[in-house]
Amino acid sequence: MTVAGDRLGPTLFERSRPGRGGGKVPHPPKDALARIPGEYLRATGARLPEVSEPELTRHYVNLSQLNYAVDTGFYPLGSCTMKYNPKIDEWAARLNGFAALHPLAPDELAQGTLQLLWELEASLAEIGGMKAVTLQPAAGAQGELTGMLMVKAYHRHRGDTERTEVLVPDSSHGTNPATASMAGFKTVTIPSAADGGVDVQAFRAALGPRTAAIMITNPSTVGLFESRLCELLDAVHEVGALAYMDGANLNAIMGRFKPGEAGFDVMHINVHKTFSTPHGGGGPGAGPVGVGEKLLPFLPSPRVLREPDGRFRLEVPGERPDSIGRVRAFAGNTGVLVRAYAYIRAHGGLGLCEVSDDAVLAANYLKGRVADILDVPFARLCMHEFVASAATLKSATGIRTLDVAKRLIDYGFHPPTIYFPLTVEEALLIEPTETESLETLDAFVEALRCIVAEAHTDPDLLHSAPHDSPVRRLDETTAARQPNLRWRAMTGSQMPCPD
Amino acid sequence: MVPQDLRYTKEHEWVRVVGDMATVGITDYAAEQLGDIVFVELPEIGRAVVQATAIGVIESVKAVSDLFAPIGGEVVESNSELSTQPELVNSDPFGKGWMLRVKVDDADQVGGLLDAAAYEALIAEA
Amino acid sequence: MAYGPHTTEDRARMLAAIGVDSIDALFADIPSSLRSSKLNLPPPESESELSVRLETMAGRNRVDLISFLGAGAYRHFTPAVVDQLLLRGEFYTAYTPYQPEISQGTLQTIYEYQSMMAELTGLDVVSASHYDGATATAEAALMTCRATHRERVLVSHSVHPHYRETIQTYFAGAALAADEIPLVAGGPADGTTDLAALERLLADTDRPVAGVVVANPSFLGLLEPMAEIGKLAHASGALFVAVVEPVSLAVLATPGEYGADIAAGDGQPLGIPLSYGGPYLGILACRDALVRGIPGRLVGMTTDVDGRRAFVMTLRAREQDIRREKAASNICTNQALCALAASIYLGAMGPHGLRDVAALGAARAAELEAALAAAGAPRLHPGPYLNEFTVRVPDAASVHARLIGRGILAGLPVARIMPGEPSLADALLVCATEITTSAEIAAFGAALHEELAGGVR
Repeated sequence: MTVAGDRLGPTLFERSRPGRGGGKVPHPPKDALARIPGEYLRATGARLPEVSEPELTRHYVNLSQLNYAVDTGFYPLGSCTMKYNPKIDEWAARLNGFAALHPLAPDELAQGTLQLLWELEASLAEIGGMKAVTLQPAAGAQGELTGMLMVKAYHRHRGDTERTEVLVPDSSHGTNPATASMAGFKTVTIPSAADGGVDVQAFRAALGPRTAAIMITNPSTVGLFESRLCELLDAVHEVGALAYMDGANLNAIMGRFKPGEAGFDVMHINVHKTFSTPHGGGGPGAGPVGVGEKLLPFLPSPRVLREPDGRFRLEVPGERPDSIGRVRAFAGNTGVLVRAYAYIRAHGGLGLCEVSDDAVLAANYLKGRVADILDVPFARLCMHEFVASAATLKSATGIRTLDVAKRLIDYGFHPPTIYFPLTVEEALLIEPTETESLETLDAFVEALRCIVAEAHTDPDLLHSAPHDSPVRRLDETTAARQPNLRWRAMTGSQMPCPD
Repeated sequence: MVPQDLRYTKEHEWVRVVGDMATVGITDYAAEQLGDIVFVELPEIGRAVVQATAIGVIESVKAVSDLFAPIGGEVVESNSELSTQPELVNSDPFGKGWMLRVKVDDADQVGGLLDAAAYEALIAEA
Repeated sequence: MAYGPHTTEDRARMLAAIGVDSIDALFADIPSSLRSSKLNLPPPESESELSVRLETMAGRNRVDLISFLGAGAYRHFTPAVVDQLLLRGEFYTAYTPYQPEISQGTLQTIYEYQSMMAELTGLDVVSASHYDGATATAEAALMTCRATHRERVLVSHSVHPHYRETIQTYFAGAALAADEIPLVAGGPADGTTDLAALERLLADTDRPVAGVVVANPSFLGLLEPMAEIGKLAHASGALFVAVVEPVSLAVLATPGEYGADIAAGDGQPLGIPLSYGGPYLGILACRDALVRGIPGRLVGMTTDVDGRRAFVMTLRAREQDIRREKAASNICTNQALCALAASIYLGAMGPHGLRDVAALGAARAAELEAALAAAGAPRLHPGPYLNEFTVRVPDAASVHARLIGRGILAGLPVARIMPGEPSLADALLVCATEITTSAEIAAFGAALHEELAGGVR
């Protein structure tokens, strides 16, 4: 945290004064709206803040300095892959040729972008071992929905209306069952095996004529490779169901494992994880979906095609009638996809393999060192992330994972993913990624060591952490019981206005 | 020690039956597990509920839990205080934090529920 | 390697600490039957080579034409301060604010975004963003079904065709029905949502309607009788969803004013580049009573243990990580940085500036209407519009193509996006904004006149 601007400031509304700002566009003629009948016009103006550009700038710059970010420090967030966001990707997305292109521009005006999208699809298909890829989905979860809607269309197309269930391990990310519901399926949750992987027997028992698909994350959400995959996928296909792979953990396996080759029928990719596009405080990302032969006809439309003469075009309406249709208004989060494309081209096949190698190497290194400090329930070699647990610490000192996490903030680190997956008690899911130096990883280990020592000598310090952040632990209960979700001059001023 | 005059379910609901009227809530154990309750979603008056089915939702800051009907019947009243004071479930789960009243279809269903001792044994094992 | 810090020595140290002698050994868990074929991708490129490649690709796009194309994505002027602030690494490389103590920057900006959109829409609850206008509209439609426990939604034919397609895709998952409300043919209300038809559709008691979805301005640019539509919807127990465009809300009646329960739309016009369709900004807003059913993140104001004001994500139990299969939506990653861009844009423009943008667009659009009519292409519909409208152009698709050859992107041939509709067959959907100049309008008028008169160059 920086010293200057280390405290919250007023909202932009509180900085507003009538008459401030202006000068961005010319004034319209006075009668510009005269031709519009009064009943269509708003009665009272929007009470948006009026601030000058210098105040606006200070407001946002000071706010930014209250944020932790990849550009300021390490995020050991399991399942998020918080790797470095390359700056050339920002430059590329802002190139006027890309940024100023209208989504409905005729194909002949959009050849640069269409080529980029086509090449990106081909690269992601190669990486995933899939036949084809759609770049439409705006996020991983939307990719999941797209995939599951294609699964639904596939079974309908076969004339099979009995396929109402989706099997999901209890360690899955919450988006998986939520997606299954949105796609109209019932979720059947299968408990994991003792070694943290999928329990193939339990899956077999649940598989049947009502199974539309299974949704599996590989490596799993405890950071282990699902080595019994062959058996599982065979069982799935035997009952006529499809296999979906949640590609959130792709960073571990590029060049070593291709889901399509292994037998997965469909998968999504989070470009804001594996392919370094920035998280933006919550988004935007993109969730491309790869498919094998079975789901090819159902891909969202329009697809990007390449003509024999090398020109690119979009499919025209009706060209592929079995498509599930559109999942959004236009082609995709193209600005984000430009960044992913640049990342992939910078690395090439060799570079991406190295990315996964280093991600797995760093995770195993960190796991070995953390095992001296906290419980590590799964002792064997991990993939790109591993799960630790504060269960022993909790019984010995009453200090929980939450307290450890909050105290890490005082040591200058963002906490790891906590209380996920649900299958491990007092879980910390730790993923270093391949872009953190050894110095950083070692410093993180030292911080954990200090915190665990503090747990024994001064537990109250941890229970009340963080101490050094711009704000301390928050009253989330009142925030949920009496939600204040927008600025109102009256209620806003009831909370102390920072100076 | 949970109130001795109530009956309990494995899902941590309690029920008090007087005549054909049952009052339903969740136990202090459940409330503690959930944390600060922020919202309670209850079924509408007049709705028929079936024993052991989910009929409502209890939300805390970081968790959510289904409310299961300990007994079948018709909902005749729900605790309107909970919409402005969900914290009553935490502070007084067996009293002011009651959730709904049901006109019971089949009084024999009560017999199948846990008594105070059995419920205490259940939560001791957890 | 492109961005990784590890040297050969670092790798050796890590391997030694782990106790294996090669990186390959770390992947021993992958059975040989599952080991993949080689990753067959082009070789890596240095930054200088890559930048040439990207620049060449971007250069293959033609963005130099004079453009009158809107149809759901709009060209506006973005003040320089927006991108400057968006480039701050603390904003764009920050994670989702699950640890609020170190995310107050992101959290406060989202709260301010929610507040600004509440002012624009006249509704109290605004989600922290959805993917785009189409998905926000689809989720709004789903919300009406959940809230009313009904299974049918009515969508005006004049809602953006791609939005209607997206609703159908989402509804296929949910086994719900989205039926269309036809448009008036002829007369002063030509091209707007047919109220009489709506009333008849709502009267079908066998298939009660959960929600009525209408856009204002519509895809065709026309202003719709929103208050009347709202009354009809509510009279039969349905909710009213308004699809809106945020710049227009500086001057047009708001969803709050005309009684909408939910508003959905795309915030792209608020300082977000066209970028061939995304990332954009799904706006989703609703009345207080519906707050528990709205998908997406919500940021609330609260205090910390020392009594300081602070912001935190709240009402989290609605979301997928807690609610899982019972969540209202599966949305996780949203469009947060785009919401930030929109907030900074709104802060830079201010309420008067935004009004000016809308009014200037309206003024230019009136000029455009006159120029095109003089060139032989009159408006299709008589009703009021703000800054977008359709004009009749015989053989619209060919004229459009020839105008591209003259350096003019003459809007959108409507038949391309709404095929098979005789009343819209020979039409162009055109739009003007505050950056459209009189010279551009004159050039368009002159070129169109020539094309319609026989295409002599």
